[in-house]
Order: sequence, then C-alpha cells, then structure tokens
Amino acid sequence: MSPARKDRLCLGIESTADDFGVGIANFYGDILANVSSSYIPASGGIHPREAARHHAEVADQVLAQALEKANIKPRELSVIAFAQGPGLGPCLRTGATVARALASYLNIPLVGVNHSVGHIEIGKLKTGAADPLTLYASGGNTMVTAYAVGRYRVFGETLDIALGNCLDVFAREAGLKPQKGLPLGASVEQLAAKGKVLVPLPYVVKGMDMSLSGLLTAAATALQKGNFSLEDVCFSLQENAFSMVTEVTERALAHTEKREVLLTGGVAANKRLQAMLAIIAEEHDAKFNVVPQAFATDNGAMIAWTGVLAYTSGLTTPLEESFVKLRWRVDKVDVPWVKQP
Amino acid sequence: MRVLLKKGAEASLYLADWHGKRVIIKKRLPKAYRPLQLDQTIRRYRTVHEPQLMHEAKRAGVPTPAIFMVDVENAAIIMEYVEGHQVKALLDTLSDEDRAELCLKIGGEIAKLHRHGIVHGDLTTSNMILNGEGTVFFVDFGLGDKTSELEAQGIDLHLLKRALQSTHFGHAEECFAAVIKGYADGVGADAEAAVCEKIREIEKRGRYVAERQLGA
Repeated sequence: MSPARKDRLCLGIESTADDFGVGIANFYGDILANVSSSYIPASGGIHPREAARHHAEVADQVLAQALEKANIKPRELSVIAFAQGPGLGPCLRTGATVARALASYLNIPLVGVNHSVGHIEIGKLKTGAADPLTLYASGGNTMVTAYAVGRYRVFGETLDIALGNCLDVFAREAGLKPQKGLPLGASVEQLAAKGKVLVPLPYVVKGMDMSLSGLLTAAATALQKGNFSLEDVCFSLQENAFSMVTEVTERALAHTEKREVLLTGGVAANKRLQAMLAIIAEEHDAKFNVVPQAFATDNGAMIAWTGVLAYTSGLTTPLEESFVKLRWRVDKVDVPWVKQP
Repeated sequence: MRVLLKKGAEASLYLADWHGKRVIIKKRLPKAYRPLQLDQTIRRYRTVHEPQLMHEAKRAGVPTPAIFMVDVENAAIIMEYVEGHQVKALLDTLSDEDRAELCLKIGGEIAKLHRHGIVHGDLTTSNMILNGEGTVFFVDFGLGDKTSELEAQGIDLHLLKRALQSTHFGHAEECFAAVIKGYADGVGADAEAAVCEKIREIEKRGRYVAERQLGA
C-alpha cells in the first residue's frame, strides 16, 4: 500500500459526550490518526461539567498524539472540523473552543459538523456502503435514517431513551462496573450470552418508533425481585430491546427499499444486534454493513472525514456562526456531497 | 390462486380467490431474528388484535376492509380486497388543492378513531388506501390500541407527522396542517388544542429537537 497522501488534511475534534477525540483525514478518505480519551465517571452516568473538565485537561495531549500519529505538523492542516452538535453543552463548548483556537491560530477554515451525520459518513467510508438505510445506535441516539433529496431523513427513532443509554443504566442498576476500554453495555452483552430464560418484558413498537424506558424499568424491577438471574435478565433485556430496533429497521427497510443496511454508533459493536440486523438485511436482499469497532464509538476521525466532505462541497462555518447546537437534528442538515442515487 | 402482492416488513400480503371473492391474505411470518417465544407472542397478539380494532374502527365510521376469517395458529387474516391507490404513492402527485382536501379527510377519519377510543399505532400514508369513490380506507391496525389516553393519541399523530416529514418532505408541513384541521373539525377545538400540545411535549422528550432548548 502506498503511503497516504498528505497534501490536503482535515483535523476533526469530537467532544459531544464522554469522549474527547481527535482524528486526521486526508481529502481522499484515508484516516491518518484517530486518538481519543474517555472520561470515566467515578460513579453514576456522565456529569457534563466533569466530562468537559476532563476534555479540557486532555485536549493538548490528544491533539499532540494525533499529530504525531499522522506524522504531520499543524501547519500542514488545511481545515479544522468540530462536532457542533448535538450533545452535552459543556462538552461541546470545550471542543468548539479548541477548534476555534486552532483555526484562528493557523488561519485556516473552520467547519462545524453534525455528530450524527459523522457517524453515518464514517460508516459509509469504512464499509463502502453508498446509499444505506442506517441504524445509528449509541448512548445518546437511536434512529433509523436514509438519504432522500438533500438530507438524511429520520424514518424511526426512540420516543424516549437511547438504546445504549438503556443498556448502560441497567448495567449501573445491576451494579456492574465499567471495564477498562469497554462501555458498560459490553458487560451486559457478556452476561446476556450466558442467559437462557426469556423474562417477560415490555415490547413497545409504535409505527417506526420504539419506546425503551418502560423496558428498562421492567428489567430493573425483574432483577430486584430476584426471581431471575442477572444473566437471564441481561439476555431478556437485549432480546427485547434489539428485537424492537430490528423490527423498526426492517419496517424502514421495506418502506425505503434501500439495498444496503448500515449499523453505526457505539452499540454497533454488539454481536447479537449485528446478527439480528444481518437476518433482516438478507431477507430483503440488502447488503449488511457494520462500522469497524474503532470507528463505532464517538471518534475524531468521523468528524474529520465529514469535515472533508462538507469543506469540499464549499461549506465552512464562520467564527460568528460556530456556536454549539445542543439539539441539532440530523434531518435539519443539508448534505450536498451525497449524490442522489 | 394466490399471488404475492407485497412482502412487507411484518407480513406478506397475498391476493387470493376465497369462495369466489377476491381477498387479501395477510400472513405474519415468523421472524428469525427474535427468540421463538417472543416471536410467537407478538405475532399471535397482533393477529388477534388487528381484526378486533378494524371492526371497532368500522363501528366508529372509519372505512376498513371487511374481515372474513382469522387463523390464529398460522397468524393469518383473510380480508376484503380494497381496490384503490396507496396514499403514499398518490399524495405527491396531487394538486395543492386536492392534496389539502385528502389530508383534511384523513384528519377527519383519525378524529373518528380517537373519539371512539381507538389509536391506529402506525399512521403512515402506506396504510391508507384511496378508492375510486374518494373513500379513504385504513389498514394495518396491528400496532393499534383501544385507549382514549391523550398520550396515545398524541403519539398516533406524531407518527403521522414524522411519516410525512420523511416520505413527503416537500409537502409535509401543509399536509400535516390540513390533517390537524380535519382532526379539529371532528374532535372540537379544545381536544385538538390538547392533543397538539401533547405532540409538542412528545417531540421534546429525550430526543434531539431544537425547540427543547427554548422551552424547558
């Protein structure tokens, strides 16, 4: 393989939640670096201010590591991209501040990127999917999207909590501790693999939307009552939650008649969810794609690559418009680089 | 004689001849991705539930296909074949005036359902058939429910709004406005105001919508 070209480079900063990530991509779609540092709460979930403090503390280190990994000097960068939303305010602002400072100092353009679009685009880049129906499932988002006329349209989504959030909160309720380098959901997956008995739990599909909060409460209650083992409850929680998202994905697939399915976001690493989606893709003669694990959780590379796509379509974000957008929906974002199939 | 009309996500629809009648056989096929026990529970529940709701809807004055037979063991429903066009295929081809009129009518039918304690559960333009006489038939009640809760009614309309936004994005706003107008004519201004407020609340709930940072 010839070395990746370095004539045009974009550095992307991701800081929407608990990860501070820096990625460097060239304009041809090679990822030269993808470094991140995670804030791990001492107890409970993400505290936005504490996470932001973590991001501010590690920013220079992560930046330096990414530049070193890519073997480039800051002056070689052509554009700075950052996740402008959606996400947690203090975390977003920390990343945005670093991005603005870099762009100003280097006197190069700044591009604000939608985090959800980033997950879709890195999935497409890494799997080769051209026009997929995408299930994007993470700690903060669960949605089924597909491209139509200028934007990624949302066909289905959670009516309340995100899939990753559902698994994480249950894991904390069950007293599971995070393992180094693994999200809490991974602990649920490991235990679920040993479960056998299907505990009756709610299954709530409404049209192409689903509701997961009642399922979470019921699973936590079932565990507290003590009639079922932790393994069985983990198994049942996963089977119910994943069946629900798979059902809505299949509905959207039948509706849109896309020929590709893409699974992206942090929960994409889950093998059971992958297996379920592979089944529906096959039934509808669609090719199934999963984003590689390194690009599944929040990462800087997806922001860098989406920054390249936006910048090469003529989009930049002037400083005065670079304020963060906490609730920036994916279907509000124009994606002029996507060609109508 | 049996012809596969449509392989949907949940069920396959066959056009068949049944005692000299043209009928639709809707068969909910097993889903290999779900555990068998869960799959059977879901398919059985929906197969029993859907014809009941279609019957209730008819009593509320909402056109639905007539049910001829329910085969719970095979998760199959045999129902009347309605000749017409899916609103999904039709909506974007109509003139502004005709489109508004159709949406007004749809809103009126949804009002009848809600007034009679029925929510459809999957209001999309794929699940509405317009026949030659201008009657809109509602199908696919498998995710519906018998309830008069404002929450369920709000979600019902929210789903339709989202279906319009994702599939008929060019006309989504005026279509939904016309649906709500027809709905208001059916349920009255107070009930309409309450459900619209509920829709706004649902949209702000946990999901990413720009409005949320302004309100709360």
